[in-house]
Amino acid sequence: MPFPEVKFYQVGTFAAGNRLLDPDRRSVQTRSDRANSITSGHRACQGCGEVLGARYVLDAAMRATGGNVVAVNATGCLEVFSTPYPESSWQIPWVHSLFGNAPAVASGVAAALRAKNRPDTRVVAQAGDGGTVDIGLGCLSGMFERDDDVLFVCYDNEGYMNTGVQRSGSTPPAARTANTKPVGSEPGNVFGQGKSVPLIAMAHEIPYVATATVAELHDLEYKVEKAMSMRGARYLHVLVPCPLGWGSASRDTIRVARLAKETGVFPVFEAEFGVVTAVSRIRRRVPVEQYLQLQRRFAHLFGDHPRPDVVARIQAGADRNISRFGLLAGPEDATEPSGN
Amino acid sequence: MDKPFAITLDVGTSRANKTGAWRTERPVYTDRLSPCNGACPARENVQSWLYDAEEGELGYERAWRTIMRTNPFPAVMGRVCYHPCEDACNRGQLDEAVGINSVERFLGDEAIQRGWRVAVEAEPTGKRILVVGAGPSGLSAAYHLTLLGHSVTIHEAGPMPGGMMRYGIPRYRLPREVLDAEVARILDLGVTLNLDTKVTDLTATMTEGGYDAAFLAVGAQLSGRAYVPAGAAARVLEAVSLLHELEQGRRPLLGRRVAVYGGGNTAVDVARTAKRLGATDALVIYRRNRDRMPAHEDEVREAAEEGVLFKWLSTVAHVDAAGVTVERMELDDSGYPRPTGEFEQLPADSLVLAVGQDSDLSAVEGVAGIEIENGAVRVDRSMMTGHPGVFAGGDVVPDQRSVTVGIGHGLKAAGAIHAWLGAGSPATEEPAAPADFGTLNTWYYTDAERVHRALLETVRRRSTFDEVVQGLDRSNALFEARRCLSCGHCFSCDNCFSVCPDNAVVKLDQPGAPYLIDLDYCKGCGLCVSECPSGAIQMVPEDI
Repeated sequence: MPFPEVKFYQVGTFAAGNRLLDPDRRSVQTRSDRANSITSGHRACQGCGEVLGARYVLDAAMRATGGNVVAVNATGCLEVFSTPYPESSWQIPWVHSLFGNAPAVASGVAAALRAKNRPDTRVVAQAGDGGTVDIGLGCLSGMFERDDDVLFVCYDNEGYMNTGVQRSGSTPPAARTANTKPVGSEPGNVFGQGKSVPLIAMAHEIPYVATATVAELHDLEYKVEKAMSMRGARYLHVLVPCPLGWGSASRDTIRVARLAKETGVFPVFEAEFGVVTAVSRIRRRVPVEQYLQLQRRFAHLFGDHPRPDVVARIQAGADRNISRFGLLAGPEDATEPSGN
Repeated sequence: MDKPFAITLDVGTSRANKTGAWRTERPVYTDRLSPCNGACPARENVQSWLYDAEEGELGYERAWRTIMRTNPFPAVMGRVCYHPCEDACNRGQLDEAVGINSVERFLGDEAIQRGWRVAVEAEPTGKRILVVGAGPSGLSAAYHLTLLGHSVTIHEAGPMPGGMMRYGIPRYRLPREVLDAEVARILDLGVTLNLDTKVTDLTATMTEGGYDAAFLAVGAQLSGRAYVPAGAAARVLEAVSLLHELEQGRRPLLGRRVAVYGGGNTAVDVARTAKRLGATDALVIYRRNRDRMPAHEDEVREAAEEGVLFKWLSTVAHVDAAGVTVERMELDDSGYPRPTGEFEQLPADSLVLAVGQDSDLSAVEGVAGIEIENGAVRVDRSMMTGHPGVFAGGDVVPDQRSVTVGIGHGLKAAGAIHAWLGAGSPATEEPAAPADFGTLNTWYYTDAERVHRALLETVRRRSTFDEVVQGLDRSNALFEARRCLSCGHCFSCDNCFSVCPDNAVVKLDQPGAPYLIDLDYCKGCGLCVSECPSGAIQMVPEDI
């Protein structure tokens, strides 16, 4: 685990805080004076993983920079539910332009700050998987190529959720969406399509690429803090379960994220200049069924007409992640992803 | 218009949008009953004192004082209690139960070593209370009654206080300096102890002494009777008298080969004692099998390690100078032993009977209203007998017989006596819902294997009365305390404050009430409940 473990303090660093731990080693989220970058009254669904991820990331970035952050936002749930005119939930400087151009806007903000000689003001750009994986990918690649001084964060909820749950390039195979119906011999989203933007980002050999989930707060904050200590183009990909689009209970958002990691479905790792440097190891390995059965988007794989063959293909994908990233063994055993 | 460049509209905050209106259920902070607390016969708040102890040096004394609120014998408990708390511990379903007993012993020993004391803070009530018997139950009642401001006198028939803690539990399980220290601490509060003072007529003693109430806790000091046909030269002893004699410095003549008849803890204690007194063979004869033996498994295991042998499914048919004749038994479908007619001769120089213990109830015979059934005194739910103002507890009332149960009776009776004297109201708390394993989110607890206490090497266990089970030291006692899951109780991990997507958990930073739900914004998603490690939040439906 890249985040340093503490010696035995009842809940160690698994829980957000711990009264037995030095306050400096507790998560940013436990602090009464956290920035609350996105405040109450937003219109995110009950149990939204994305708003949680956004607060975790931005509060950590605010703390790491002494409160000197500009956020650039792509179109998406996060933008829609936080800023219906005339209200805003943002308590930090925040810019929204279009769906696909957030990386370009962020590059521009970074250039302006450089022109004004304000190196201490840092830029964080954020988008959902739609704005990252599909619509914003060209701008993002350019931002990486130029090594602009931006931390780009993708909150991945694996689909276009506020428009009615359509498939994105990040939707997992077999998942039901509005346009990948659970019918026919290959129900749900097809296998073998879509893409991994973390691996694409690594192929640009930028200074820092990392993945995280909303289930491991200390790990996520550690990665934000580390990214903010670096200059140049950095990329953070955060898995944020969507109760609406995934059909999971609102109370299970963090549990689902945790199982995504513990099954191997979502590998959690860090890379610097194109090379994997650390992985979060699986602590309690479970079969993918435990992850899938919490989500109605996979309900057609179980029940009266179960599809164990499809579940087995999903398990094979998870197993491949486990061996590819060395999720069971120590980080030294990770094989470098080939990028395919 | 006095606005910065390119700004044309005022911006309002989303806090104007009270999303609490979406909610159909609300999270409520709640305390559930930890399994350890529910299982403790002495009604200790185990979860609470472990919580204190988790803080280490800063918390040990607080932890000890929490124990002392219900149980004045932490160092004794940490040695002789059969810890039903650990059997109930939720951590047992995760890896292995928390070593509650070993932490309690550590705290008890710390208190003795550092001389921690308690003080009577209540105003004197002017009431006089007689306690009959200075065993665990009587001493516990005397302690609590004294703390409540009453004046307590104990009449003890024997020459020393402690009851079965002294005369029933051998010193290799409970060193006498530990017992003496904890008894002295109670007496130092101002309890009057009259030794060698047997109460023969309770009402007379009460009238003479001007007592307002009495607590009868004479224990079960008489050996139970079992008819065993014995030849003229047979050497047959009674377990309780044997342990009693030994405590007073008289070594019983047992011979080289000792047979003990019975399956309780006393039988095992006598066999282990015989080994230490030099017996080559110590054999426990029991009519049922090991699974059905009432003796605690730890005791049986330790005895076996010391070389004590067990003869299961056997009853003693005859005993003479040559040895013991046993009849083999078999268990019927209901587990009751049935004779088979097969006999076996076992060589033995002596036979010790450990087939139960009875109470000497002569003090209350003929006292109006007191009912005695099957050798036990009947009491109501407040531990009061049929005679108003006379309460009873410990081994004289029908309940499980153990030191811990007796101490619990003392606590309960003290509260009831206090209430009966018009000085307080009896405790009538509704028990909280249990903190079952299913209410926990165990992901958050660090993996940590239990620390087991070391045992004395077997050679020394076979020849000396040195204490068998060793204590924990400062570092591993702290580690063991921190294995506690705090089931059903908030321990301020800040998870709820952190996982709320709506910033609707307010952190108060106040002890006892760390958080508040902001119902203006709580959407009722339930994430705080799911991610609470200890199950200390629950969802309740809104009235809609």
